[in-house]
Amino acid sequence: MKVKMLSRNPDSYVRETKLDLQRVPRNYDPTLHPFEVPREYVRALNATKLERVFAKPFLASLDGHRDGVSCLAKHPKSLATVLSGACDGEVRIWNLTKRKCIRMIQAHEGFVRGICTHFCGTSFFTVGDDKTVKQWKMDGPSYGEEEEPLHTILGKTVYTGIDHHWKEAVFATCGQQVDIWDEQRTSPICSMTWGFDSISSVKFNPIETFLLGSCASDRNIVLYDMRQATPLKKVILDMRTNTICWNPMEAFIFTAANEDYNLYTFDMRALDTPVMIHMDHVSAVLDVDYSPTGKDFVSASFDKSIRIFPVDKSRSREVYHTKRMQHVICVKWTSDSKYIMCGSDEMNIRLWKANASEKLGVLTSREKAATDYNQRLKEKFQHHPHIKRISRHRHLPKSIYSQIQEQRIMKEARRRKELNRIKHSKPGSVQRVSEKKKRVVAVVK
Amino acid sequence: MSSSRAAESSLLALNQQEELEDLPREYPLSTSEDEGDSDGERKHQKLLEAISSLDGKNRRKLAERSEASLKVSEFSVSSEGSGEKLVLSDLLEPVKTSSSLAAVKKQLNRVKSKKTVELPLHREEIERIHREVAFNKTSQVLSKWDPVVQKNRQAEQLVFPLSKQQSVFAPIEHVVSGWKARTPLEQEIFNLLHKNKQPVTDPLLTPMEKASLKAMSLEEVKMRRAELQRARALQSYYEARARREKKIKSKKYHKLLKKGKAKQALKEFEKLRKVNPAAALEELEKLEKARMMERMSLKHQNSGKWAKSKAVMAKYDLEARQAMQEQLARNKELMQKIQVASESAEEEGGAEEEGEPFVPDVVNEVQVKADRPNPWMFRNHSGDTKEAEVQGDPEELAEPAAQEAPESEEEGPVVAEEILLKEFEERRSLRQKSGLNQIAKPVGSQEAKDLSSQEVLSELRALSQKLNRESHQSRKQELSSTRTVLAVQREEPAGEEEEPLLLQRPERARTLDELEELGKEGCFQNKELPRVAVEGQQLERNPSNHLGVPKEKKRKEQMIDLQNLLTTKSPSMKSLAVPTTVEELEDEERDQRQMIKEAFAGDDVIRDFLKEKREAVEASKPKDVDLTLPGWGEWGGVGLKPSAKKRRRFLVKAPEGPPRKDKNLPNVILNEKRNIHAVAHQVRMLPYPFTHHQQFERTIQTPIGSTWNTQRSFQKLTMPKVVTKPGHIIKPIKAEDVGYRSSSRSDLSVVQRNPKRLSIRHKKQLKKISVD
Repeated sequence: MKVKMLSRNPDSYVRETKLDLQRVPRNYDPTLHPFEVPREYVRALNATKLERVFAKPFLASLDGHRDGVSCLAKHPKSLATVLSGACDGEVRIWNLTKRKCIRMIQAHEGFVRGICTHFCGTSFFTVGDDKTVKQWKMDGPSYGEEEEPLHTILGKTVYTGIDHHWKEAVFATCGQQVDIWDEQRTSPICSMTWGFDSISSVKFNPIETFLLGSCASDRNIVLYDMRQATPLKKVILDMRTNTICWNPMEAFIFTAANEDYNLYTFDMRALDTPVMIHMDHVSAVLDVDYSPTGKDFVSASFDKSIRIFPVDKSRSREVYHTKRMQHVICVKWTSDSKYIMCGSDEMNIRLWKANASEKLGVLTSREKAATDYNQRLKEKFQHHPHIKRISRHRHLPKSIYSQIQEQRIMKEARRRKELNRIKHSKPGSVQRVSEKKKRVVAVVK
Repeated sequence: MSSSRAAESSLLALNQQEELEDLPREYPLSTSEDEGDSDGERKHQKLLEAISSLDGKNRRKLAERSEASLKVSEFSVSSEGSGEKLVLSDLLEPVKTSSSLAAVKKQLNRVKSKKTVELPLHREEIERIHREVAFNKTSQVLSKWDPVVQKNRQAEQLVFPLSKQQSVFAPIEHVVSGWKARTPLEQEIFNLLHKNKQPVTDPLLTPMEKASLKAMSLEEVKMRRAELQRARALQSYYEARARREKKIKSKKYHKLLKKGKAKQALKEFEKLRKVNPAAALEELEKLEKARMMERMSLKHQNSGKWAKSKAVMAKYDLEARQAMQEQLARNKELMQKIQVASESAEEEGGAEEEGEPFVPDVVNEVQVKADRPNPWMFRNHSGDTKEAEVQGDPEELAEPAAQEAPESEEEGPVVAEEILLKEFEERRSLRQKSGLNQIAKPVGSQEAKDLSSQEVLSELRALSQKLNRESHQSRKQELSSTRTVLAVQREEPAGEEEEPLLLQRPERARTLDELEELGKEGCFQNKELPRVAVEGQQLERNPSNHLGVPKEKKRKEQMIDLQNLLTTKSPSMKSLAVPTTVEELEDEERDQRQMIKEAFAGDDVIRDFLKEKREAVEASKPKDVDLTLPGWGEWGGVGLKPSAKKRRRFLVKAPEGPPRKDKNLPNVILNEKRNIHAVAHQVRMLPYPFTHHQQFERTIQTPIGSTWNTQRSFQKLTMPKVVTKPGHIIKPIKAEDVGYRSSSRSDLSVVQRNPKRLSIRHKKQLKKISVD
């Protein structure tokens, strides 16, 4: 008589060595795993809560400057090295891993207005209020040597900003005009002007490296072409732009930090309307820097906070502030896109995480899978009211909070007035201008 | 503006020049001016003059110099005394003689010949143009990034840093240059190597090896790979297509496919016959072989299982009958004897002419009929034809069956004709396909001796029916009133087959006279539908009569209501009724109503709603609970039910709930299931990227956790959007990263050139812009 039995192949459940993971047979029959939506919802809710619990972005404060930090620069080859210039003419080089200052130079008299590194990381340039451009070696002087700049260029006017070319030994300064310098020469190889104004910042395009953007105090942003040695176009905004930053992944996109509390992202081929207006700050935006992935940017503001915006959103996804942080003057996103540095008025450089709740250090594969899953769950249920409320909640200092309320009221009043005007005038006589168009005064060819 | 000014000035200058050139001819040099200095000369001249004056002809009044200060000035040369203008050529004249001043003269001439230069543009304007040109150029350069940016924005996952470290080829000796042999084995190997004089040190590679290493550059490899990929993709595509086609079970499809292939083959054969007779002969041999095979096999003899089953059905089923006929036709076709190839090759040209007498009358007749200007006139609307077919078909069936037997004997003579007929058949079938609904009915009814023609007919009939069926869908609206269409077409002088939608023609109602005429024609032709036609005539007779119209309308609506369905008759009537100007508006209205009726034909909304509401009320009512246990306290088992008393006793009546909110609202169903506790967790508005709530719900419904998904799909579902490597510097995107070639020229070198100098092309551009 034949007896029927259940039989299993031991290969499917016996481990070869004891270090192997136990093989767990799984049954994916959906009837065995009911309530998938509620369960995932709860998981998402928990993940969101945990994210807020673990959101501790502040990492370190680098103190040592004896005046407000006016400019920051990243080292192009080393993630751990950061350079900073202060309002008393002092330049410091920091090691981020040790969180210590490794070198200190009295570079200028008065402000250090701009600082930038050579693309190969061997030297850096500073400009100051003393009308000089100085090139310094990145490594400190050897024993017994004087701390001296490699080159010093004496100019006729004050230079207010400097930026280095991304591939060649060329740098650009700005002041009364945009000058392009060869490193080997003491006079600019080309200087470009368009009207007379004081230009506050100049930036090379990191992708199409012959392009430059600058912003001047008469409210305009001017684009230059280095190859053809001409300005290209000028856009005049409502208020002054403090600085601009190019997107490192999209050659024609740049963002301008404006005095009217907003940031404007432009496509340089169509300057008449900004691609996006980023608003959340409650005071002048002083600096902006893109994440190296080109997906976000960080902005520093006079309202004592820094904010992180996704490039395609008009509202910020994160706001960082501390009690002691004063007006933030400069901000940088590190080149591994993990951290943010900001230099502020009260002489400190602060280091933040770019993702507030990210766990630092090496993650095991299970941890990584869990974070990925949680991230995806949060995205999936982001529109649900509970989750939305929790994930959006931020604590703000009272000053910023009250200013936000105030501005909301002002905005509402303006809107109402416009509506009333339209309502009470002849139909068609008052045109409604879109917010984007309103901010651009003119585009000059 | 400035340019026009410049042009003006240049014109002026030109005029002046012309004057300069003209002047010398008008005013010959005055003699007074080249007076010599010496007295002797003067005397001599005076003498000469005296002599000439004697002649009295060439006498000239000489200007007397009266006051020196007037004429001779140290600031300017004056010629006032002579009454002539001083021109440039006057000054040049004396220069002619002295060779030393040739250079000066040349210069002067050059000055004379040169045109004036246009005024340069204003500096600001030039700069503006420069900027514009430069901007256009730059934005062109930048637009190459568009696809890259687009791709990166939409990418599911971006992995940074973008540029992967290229694995650099390093010879092992470089790597282990610092390494020394320690163990005896290693030393032994080293010794061996040195003995064999293997290149341990430089040059590490022979030139050949190096060349082979460098043989293929990265781009080449990429290109080659892309090519291979393309080829593979194409191959797989064709394979997939073949597989797909093979899988198709539809017999009709295969039949059509086969037919198409056969036709193609025939065409090719024709071509071949003209181009290459030898090859054509081979083809013919092949055909001959096929014929032999056919003769040997019983394949198309209607003797198989399938054929027998069909034969049983044939009596009742039209299609079965046709299928059988087709089989036989196929057999016939395959068994045709082919004419000797040499003949056909020789006759090429004459074949068609000679073919004529072979053609039986029947075929010609069909052609003639098909060629008629209006095939509709001759016979056909689907309704009629169908009826006719139903009647005629049994006869047809009988005929081929009867002919079957004699045919097999007569085969020989018939075959000879058939090859020649083939061409005609084809042509005819083509022609007749264009007039789809048309069937050569009379031909069928005629007694046809030739089987081939018979075959063609049956084939055609089958085809037309098939096509009728197919076109039925697309022409539903008109076909619902095929008669209408046909009737209207009949009204047309020369009916074109391409326009079946004649109802919407714009020239329908131009003038009243035309309409009347049309109406007369219509009434003359529409004898089949006398009542409607009469009505139409009435309408047409008194077009201003408004009373007739609503009556008609009412009647039509009644009809629709009665049938409560998409009626086929009403539209036909509408079109048959002769269109009048009055009806125009009514037509539209009615059309609208008609359309709504048609759209909601068959669904009674109100009844449905009431039913739905009843169901909802029922569902929301609290249910009674039956606690009876069968077999408890009494007998139980199959077929036994607990007693009514027990049931009554254990039935727990549910308390009646509160009255429904929509109790007094007959047109509303208020859902009372809404859970206020869940609302806090529900999304109130449809979030942005979604366009329909179902999409959103679906994304929520699909779980992404590993509890519900396999490991692989879980990983895929939870893939992060941006991946960065810790401790790696992310550089800005480069042209090489995305496969573009970065420009080789340096930005710096360009700057060092003189930037202000413009190329000729630019200048041209400049000019053009300034003109505009």
